[in-house]
Amino acid sequence: MEIVVASTIGILTAGGVYLLLRLRAFPVILGLSLLSYAVNVFLFATGRITIDAPPILQDHGEHLTYTDPLPQALVLTAIVISFGMTAVLVLISLGSFLESAHDRIDMIGEDEAETLEVDE
Amino acid sequence: MNHWIIAPVVLPAMLAPIIAFVMRHDIVLSRVFSIAGTLLLTCIAMGLVSIAADGTVHVYKLGDWPAPFGIVLVLDRLSAMLVLVTAVLGLIVAIHAAATGWDTRGRHFHALFQFQLMGICGAFLTGDAFNLFVFFEILLIASYGLMIHSGGKERLRAGLQYVVMNLAGSTLFLFALGTLYASTGTLNIADLAVKVREIPVEDAAMIRVAAMLLMIVFAIKAALFPVQFWLPATYANAPGPVAALFAIMTKVGAYAILRIHTMVFGPDVPALSGMPGDWLYPAAVVTIAIGAFGVLGSTKLLQLIAFSVVGSMGTLMIAISAFTPEALLAALYYLLHSTFAAAALFLMADLVVIRRGSEDLRMLHPAISQNGLLTALFFAGAIGMAGMPPLSGFLGKLLVLDALRDPQVIAVAWTAVLGGSLLTIVGFARAGSSLFWRPAAIAAMPAEAPEPQVVAPPATSAVFAPAIAALAMLVLLTIFAGRVSGYLESTVAELFDPTAYIEAVLGTGEEE
Repeated sequence: MEIVVASTIGILTAGGVYLLLRLRAFPVILGLSLLSYAVNVFLFATGRITIDAPPILQDHGEHLTYTDPLPQALVLTAIVISFGMTAVLVLISLGSFLESAHDRIDMIGEDEAETLEVDE
Repeated sequence: MNHWIIAPVVLPAMLAPIIAFVMRHDIVLSRVFSIAGTLLLTCIAMGLVSIAADGTVHVYKLGDWPAPFGIVLVLDRLSAMLVLVTAVLGLIVAIHAAATGWDTRGRHFHALFQFQLMGICGAFLTGDAFNLFVFFEILLIASYGLMIHSGGKERLRAGLQYVVMNLAGSTLFLFALGTLYASTGTLNIADLAVKVREIPVEDAAMIRVAAMLLMIVFAIKAALFPVQFWLPATYANAPGPVAALFAIMTKVGAYAILRIHTMVFGPDVPALSGMPGDWLYPAAVVTIAIGAFGVLGSTKLLQLIAFSVVGSMGTLMIAISAFTPEALLAALYYLLHSTFAAAALFLMADLVVIRRGSEDLRMLHPAISQNGLLTALFFAGAIGMAGMPPLSGFLGKLLVLDALRDPQVIAVAWTAVLGGSLLTIVGFARAGSSLFWRPAAIAAMPAEAPEPQVVAPPATSAVFAPAIAALAMLVLLTIFAGRVSGYLESTVAELFDPTAYIEAVLGTGEEE
């Protein structure tokens, strides 16, 4: 189980970082989404991985194993925030694309951007 | 529990939606409410400073949950002081935005502005690391809106870059918090301060990773090398009053480093053995160099000021990196100074750019209206930022230099701070002469002027008041330097002896 979770986080992060380095609006948005998925899974795992256990400590029952509820609350907050942020990012990058007619997110000059467009 | 502690968060949080929903079509009403609200915030902040000044640490338990389980807000000298700085700066910026009409050039300026104040005050007050993340996100999402306020191609592109940079930073923040939680099992700052000190040196790997990840995150906010590159483009393209408000945003990063890396990962923690300072120091030196050369090489006025902000963050961080009480006192004094110096320069530059129509320093323009007054303001702001006497920048840099007497660092640190100041002076002098003096010289050549400049609306005193008020804060900081440093001395003592903080938060002493 650990190896599955760990490699999931690793692959998502690697993909996210790769896409982030493309410096074009759409790949960057996808990359940031992948990174936020990676961090959500990572946060989930910080409370140690416990399978088939309730997130409640039960004193009297037979379920003496329980899973840490705090990371789940943290993940929920992180999901909501990253969801909202992605929406803002999509709108701002759309605005930037419509204004400047290209989707590069590094602040290079106009002529330089055109040369790069031609090269690709 | 003193309920005033949460007022700096609740007041803007209530005001912002009211302004956004009820007054969005009435600019006068939203101006009145925004400025009145910020004024009220300033009064509350003054009250909080007087509450905190006696040295007791006040804790506000949200939902009355006991500390390591619930979220707490903590009011001590440091957070009270920074909330007051935020409120005063907010008041200055709000008046400037209303007086110059920036708030009419796009929608929802005042609502976003109040949300921004809420996030900043919350970040200063919170006593929980994850809550710090949440307040960071609130202040960031408001700043995204303010950054692209009134639109425009360059501004949207700079805004996009700023958003992407900060989203990547937020992800890193979450990774850091996850690592911290996995190794200590808590995210309450007071509890962390206890738990981290108990970690034996053999198991230090995880906590070191968490400490350095957190430092990178805060360094992004504080625009420290090598993650400083977003700042010049962002500040130079943001609307003038927004750039002035952003002067406190870099300080939020500096505050977080101060709070977390002295109280939790302080130099006395065996697991870390002073690692944060070792990394902060070279980064700060390079940041000063980048700021100084950037000031020298800038061809635009706002870019020049943005680079001088980078340089001032470097000076601030080089003082923090020493992690000694004297150095932190110097850092806090310089933090207060550089916030108002940067704000004054951005507000003043905004007035110049409105009159001049262009911020390009290489092009000659005829003299602008009210040239004399603006020249005087720019001169005073540049003196403050460069650290020349008689303004508080001089005292701040003197304190920083005095605190960095350690023979290991003195050569490099003094060279960096003094050399950086010299280059900043040269850069500002050149910019000032091409902005204000050479136009006067070419005024005699009428044929050169292409067409009459857009005559700026005759400036009332309200337009100049905010920039002058920001400069007046520098003067006050200079005059009351003794009292301010007395307050800061006890602030720093609190940071280095967190027992009172820990006892107050975790309730080892009695509460209420």
